[in-house]
Amino acid sequence: MTSQHVHTASARSAHQKNGNVVVSVRNLKKAFGDRPVLNDVNLVLYESENLVILGRSGTGKSVLIKCMVGLIRPDSGYINILGKEVFKLSPKELNELRLEIGFSFQGSALYDSMTVRENLEFPLKRNLGIHDSKKLHELVMTALDDVGLQHAVNMMPAELSGGMKKRIGIARTLILNPKIMLYDEPTAGLDPITSTEINDLILSVREKYHTSSIIITHDISSAKHTSDRIIGLVDGRCKIEGTFEELRNAKDADLEPFFNY
Amino acid sequence: MKVRKFLLRLADIYSFVQKVFKHFFFPPYEGREILRQCFMVGNKSLFLITFTAFLAGIVFTKQSRPSLASFGAESWLPSLVSQAVIRSLGPLITGLICAGKLGSNIGAELGSMQVGEQIDAMEVSGTRPFSYLVVTRITATTLMLPILVVYADVVALIGSFLMVNFFNNSSFLLYFNEVSENISYLDIFSSLIKSAFFGFAIGIVGCYAGYHSEKGTTGVGKAANTSVVVSMILIFVIDLLSLQFTNLFRR
Repeated sequence: MTSQHVHTASARSAHQKNGNVVVSVRNLKKAFGDRPVLNDVNLVLYESENLVILGRSGTGKSVLIKCMVGLIRPDSGYINILGKEVFKLSPKELNELRLEIGFSFQGSALYDSMTVRENLEFPLKRNLGIHDSKKLHELVMTALDDVGLQHAVNMMPAELSGGMKKRIGIARTLILNPKIMLYDEPTAGLDPITSTEINDLILSVREKYHTSSIIITHDISSAKHTSDRIIGLVDGRCKIEGTFEELRNAKDADLEPFFNY
Repeated sequence: MKVRKFLLRLADIYSFVQKVFKHFFFPPYEGREILRQCFMVGNKSLFLITFTAFLAGIVFTKQSRPSLASFGAESWLPSLVSQAVIRSLGPLITGLICAGKLGSNIGAELGSMQVGEQIDAMEVSGTRPFSYLVVTRITATTLMLPILVVYADVVALIGSFLMVNFFNNSSFLLYFNEVSENISYLDIFSSLIKSAFFGFAIGIVGCYAGYHSEKGTTGVGKAANTSVVVSMILIFVIDLLSLQFTNLFRR
C-alpha cells in the first residue's frame, strides 16, 4: 500500500475474518498518453466480499476493472485473479479465466441485434457448447427469474428501460455462474427506486451465486447499500479504505463531498 | 509526427490482417455464422445489383451501338458488350454497390457495437468476438462477391440483349452464342479472382474501421464513411493491378 493509503483497523480485521484473497492488484499503473490514470493502485478482494471502489468521474475506476479482465493492458503492475496472473496468461487461458468473472457494463452492453433470449443464449452456446433448446430455455428462464424479468424474454434491447437493461446485463453474466462479479457503475443514470432495486439485486446475487464482487460507483447510497468495504480512489490512487461508517467519520477532504451531497 | 502516426496505422492494419488469417485457418471455426453472413451479404445487395446491372447493360449497349454502326460493325455489339461486362463493368458495378451497401453496413454495425461496449462484453465473456464478428464478415464478402459478380454479369447481358433485340430483332440464342464465343476462360477467372479481392477489401476495410471506431456517435459515422470511401478507392486500385496482371497472360 502507498504511504498515503489510510487503512482503518476495522477494515484490517474484516480482511482477517474474510479469508481467501480472490483478486489482488499490486502497484498498478496506467497512463493514456501523458495523462496518468492509475497511479500505483493496490487492493485485494476477499472471498464473498462486496468491495466498493468509490471515486469521482475520471479517477480511473472503470480503467481499473477493465485492466482486471484484460480489456486494457496496464503500463506496469500485477493483477492476480483466482491465483492466476492475468497478464501472463495465454489468450486461451485468459478466456478460461474470463468465464469465472462476470462483468456488468455501465451501459449494459446488450447485443442490440438480438432478443433478450438470444443475448442470454449467446454465451451458453459459444462458451459451454450448449445447443439443446430445452436446456437453453431452462437456463435462460432461471437467470431471468433471478433478476425478475422472465416476461422480457422475447423483447429486443431497444424495448427495455434502463433498469431492465442493467438487470438483463447482469443475468447474461450470471448465466455462466461466475465466481467474481465486476459491476461498472451499476446505478448510473437510474432513478432512486430503480437504483435501490439494482442494489438489492447485487446483494441477492451474492447470496445466491456466492460471488465476490467489486462495485465501481460514484453513487454514495449504492456504496452504503452494497458494500462490506469501500476503497476511495482519488487521482488514480487508493487513498482511503474502510467500512461506510469509517469513511464517513474519517472526514477525508476528497471523499467528504460524497457524504455531504 | 504525421508520418509516425501513418506508419503506426499501417502496422496496426498489418497486424489486423494477420490476425484475420490466423483466426480463419485455426479453430474454432464459425461455419454457421459464415453462412448467415453470406446470406445477409447476398440478401442485402441483390436488389441493387439487379437494378444497376440491368440498367448498365442497357445503357452501355445503347451508347456503343451508334459508334459501331458508323463502322458498319453492329454485329460486333454482343462481343464488345460481353467483354466489357465480364472483364470490367460487372465486377466494378458489383464491387462499388457492395462497397456502398455492405461496407457502410459493416463499418456502422461494428462501430456501434464498439461504442456500446458490446464487443468488450463479448471479449470479457470469452466469446471470441474477433472470430465471430470480423472473420465471418470478411469470409462472407470474399466468398459472395464472385457469386454476385456472375449474377450481375448475367443480368447486364440480359439487359444488353433486350436492347439488341429491340433494335436488330436478334434472337436470344444468336446473341448468347456471340457472347460465349468472345469470352475466354481467362476473362472469367480473372474477373472472379478480382471480385474475390474486391470482397476481401470491402470486408477488411469495413471491419477495421468499425472495430477501431472512436467512441461516440461521430465515431460510428466516421467508421461507415471510411469503410465506403477507402473500399471504393481500393476497388479501383485492385482493378488496375488485376488488369496489369491479366495482360501478362494475354500476351
